[in-house]
Amino acid sequence: MPVLCSRCEIKKAHLKRPKTGHSLCKECFFWVFEEEVHHSIVSAKLFNRGETVGIGASGGKDSTVLAHVMKVLNERYDYGLNLILLSVDEGITGYRDDSLETVKRNQEQYELPLKIVSYEELYGWTMDTIVKQVGLKNNCTFCGVFRRQALDRGAMMLEVDKICTGHNADDVAETVLMNFLRGDIARLRRCTAISTGSEGAIPRCKPLKYAYEKEIVLYAYFKKLDYFSTECIYSPNAYRGHARSFLKDLESIRPSSIIDVIHSGENLSVKEEVRMPIQGNCARCGYISSQKLCKACVLLEGLNRGLPKLGIGKHHKLQDKLLKSQPLTEEEEKKFKMISF
Amino acid sequence: MCDLDEGSNEDSMGRDSVKRISSKCMKCKESPALLIIRVGDAFCRNCFKEYFVHKFRAMLGKNRLVFPGEKVLLAVSGGPSSSSLLFQVQEGLSHKASKKLRFVPGIVHIEEGAACGKTLEERTKIVADLKSIFSTSGFPFVIVYLEEVFSLPSSVLQSIFSLPTEKDDLYKDAVAGFMQSCHTSVKKNLCHETVAQETTLTEDHTHASLLSTHAHANETSISAFRGKFPFSPEQTEAVKKLFASMKTLTAKEEMLQTLRKHLILYTARIKGYSKVMMGDSCTRLAVKLLANICLGRGAFLAMDTGFSDPRHGDITIIRPMREYSAKEIAFYNKLFGVPSVFTAGLNTKAPEKASIQHLTESFIVKLQADFPSTVSTIYRTSEKLNPRYSQTPADDKGTETCLLCSCVLGIELRDEASAFCAISISEELSQSKKPEGGQVSSSTMEECCAENKMETLESSGCSCQSRERRNTTPDFWSLLCYSCKLVVKDMTSLDLLPEYILEEANRRQRRTQIKREIQEYLLTSEDDADTAP
Repeated sequence: MPVLCSRCEIKKAHLKRPKTGHSLCKECFFWVFEEEVHHSIVSAKLFNRGETVGIGASGGKDSTVLAHVMKVLNERYDYGLNLILLSVDEGITGYRDDSLETVKRNQEQYELPLKIVSYEELYGWTMDTIVKQVGLKNNCTFCGVFRRQALDRGAMMLEVDKICTGHNADDVAETVLMNFLRGDIARLRRCTAISTGSEGAIPRCKPLKYAYEKEIVLYAYFKKLDYFSTECIYSPNAYRGHARSFLKDLESIRPSSIIDVIHSGENLSVKEEVRMPIQGNCARCGYISSQKLCKACVLLEGLNRGLPKLGIGKHHKLQDKLLKSQPLTEEEEKKFKMISF
Repeated sequence: MCDLDEGSNEDSMGRDSVKRISSKCMKCKESPALLIIRVGDAFCRNCFKEYFVHKFRAMLGKNRLVFPGEKVLLAVSGGPSSSSLLFQVQEGLSHKASKKLRFVPGIVHIEEGAACGKTLEERTKIVADLKSIFSTSGFPFVIVYLEEVFSLPSSVLQSIFSLPTEKDDLYKDAVAGFMQSCHTSVKKNLCHETVAQETTLTEDHTHASLLSTHAHANETSISAFRGKFPFSPEQTEAVKKLFASMKTLTAKEEMLQTLRKHLILYTARIKGYSKVMMGDSCTRLAVKLLANICLGRGAFLAMDTGFSDPRHGDITIIRPMREYSAKEIAFYNKLFGVPSVFTAGLNTKAPEKASIQHLTESFIVKLQADFPSTVSTIYRTSEKLNPRYSQTPADDKGTETCLLCSCVLGIELRDEASAFCAISISEELSQSKKPEGGQVSSSTMEECCAENKMETLESSGCSCQSRERRNTTPDFWSLLCYSCKLVVKDMTSLDLLPEYILEEANRRQRRTQIKREIQEYLLTSEDDADTAP
């Protein structure tokens, strides 16, 4: 006997929801998934009517589903938003060039304007050239720091009011775990916020914050959405990998774990006397930074000086020197040159 | 160790420690080194002992929570950590100690064989081993069996909440008072005499009937035990049934911990102890911290793992072993012959993914092997968390606490834009609108959803309003915190819970009902004070 959809109780169930275990038919699943994103958007008051919203689009499943759902909801509930796709080209041959093709197809399918900013035009470096100099060990640090800023710069060029990204519940839970493991109390406090950075930077939000990765895949699969699903060719972040596989194991034991971790993260309260980094602006590029020079500028300085390890690890003692473009001592230079792996 | 360029001098560090192993103790620089606790820290036997003992006293001294002459109950499971705790207290109270500890200890052991499927013979043997360890300590001790949860009164769950007051002043007064009483009394044996007196006094306490049968066990020698258990075979069956009714090991472990806590609290209360010492090590706490995050207990992390846990009001739980790593304890126990007893627990020999707690433990242990600072980093993160006493009102009238874990319910985020709400929306949307959903098993879930639905529809982001609403459908779920709800969700039947829990649940539900009836005559809403986030 076929299992009936637990929602409409008429149609045959097509799938079992990873989040709650309910059996649903395709149509009900779509509806439920979209309604939940709608609820996240409305309850957290993510957008206001008339705003221009940049959707961070990588061509992967999360951002493809995000773009699709945003478009659907914008029409269904008449948010009155002006949606734009915003992509970053890191310059990774065999990976990003392919995924950007997907984004371009999405642009046509969803009839949304698209803006691509590249590392090359912003920083004068592509990830390919960076990896050539840095090697495969710390390259993700560069990519991550640069991408964050690139998205903001692209958004500024387009004069968008807000950026939304495809971070899903798994990503948020994983970040909670990782920040906890690393003892990064400042990030631990920030990472569960559904929207961030109202002062100075362009506000960002995560409408898929409570959507399970598995459900996003299911949604994309049943909607037959066109997305790119290859891992980056440069090795993924090892430490995050630990948190990721741990979370996957947790989910297999108790499916609600992902939401449970987020619930924990949302309810952590940090002692008032714990010192938090003060947010200022980078003296060189003006981007938000807790130091005089922002991380991206330090990393870039390191690349340009041929000292790629400069930005990896701690560097606050050298900030003044870097800011005044003074040369480093020989000893310092030796430390930040590449050591062979 | 944590200087600027951690990355680049890894290999020089390695060389350093190799060099130091062969050399002298880093502290006295005389005796040959015997063990390495952390990279580069080689200790000789004596210096290690001194370091270990100092850490224990420093922990108690720094926090100044244990008053001189106060009765402190040591919760000893028989494992390495709590056995080490017992040993530290023994040493600290012995005449050899240069500065004697001034509190009055007693021991409690919760015997959980029934939940772990052990036979009576196995259990008797373990208890006999423990008793021989306990009696050499000379402290009064109690063995409490898990079965006894079926004869607990519901008053266990009614905590008298008191705000932490000016500790320093209290402590000073207590010390002054203690010194005076020491001077007026005859000689130094005083401490032990008062123990004896106090124990016999509290033995006659009104509640004492339950535990008194074996409370004197240490006086009447071990042989008196001989197969006489303070519980019936039916109660053993009831324990087994309760644990069999739980679908996941994760929930079983949580339940066992809850029941154990209740038994310890009860024992402390009827025997007049005001502090309970637990033996959680730094390693154990790191595991507990991460596991609790995964179990949705984020709001209570600081209380669940901090040095002191005041949530039970009259009885404070403290964790003086929290700065020792499991490795340090193992070394100490081995070097100084601290006896411990191995008891197989619920998850012994279970596969890695058997439960969230078990998975977390193996995850941390593995990560610690690759990144040696994992445990201490997690531990230090926990130090920065706020226990949030401030949000609990001074008068206990309006404070709703979780039926099972006694944490304050009002401090969990429950507004519309929260994970708490997101998951209930998901549950609600995935089901048909008709209230009679079909299967029996999901009926409880629906009740929960109905409650949440009302909450989300009615509330406008204001949690105190939604709390009022929630009370209009008083049910079991509303008495639990987020995490304990997950535990109960994994149970097939609520009826198997011990009577005292069900009774207390009824009492609380009745109270909310009454309160609702008289609501319009109350001038100030009790809930106003404690629900503001």
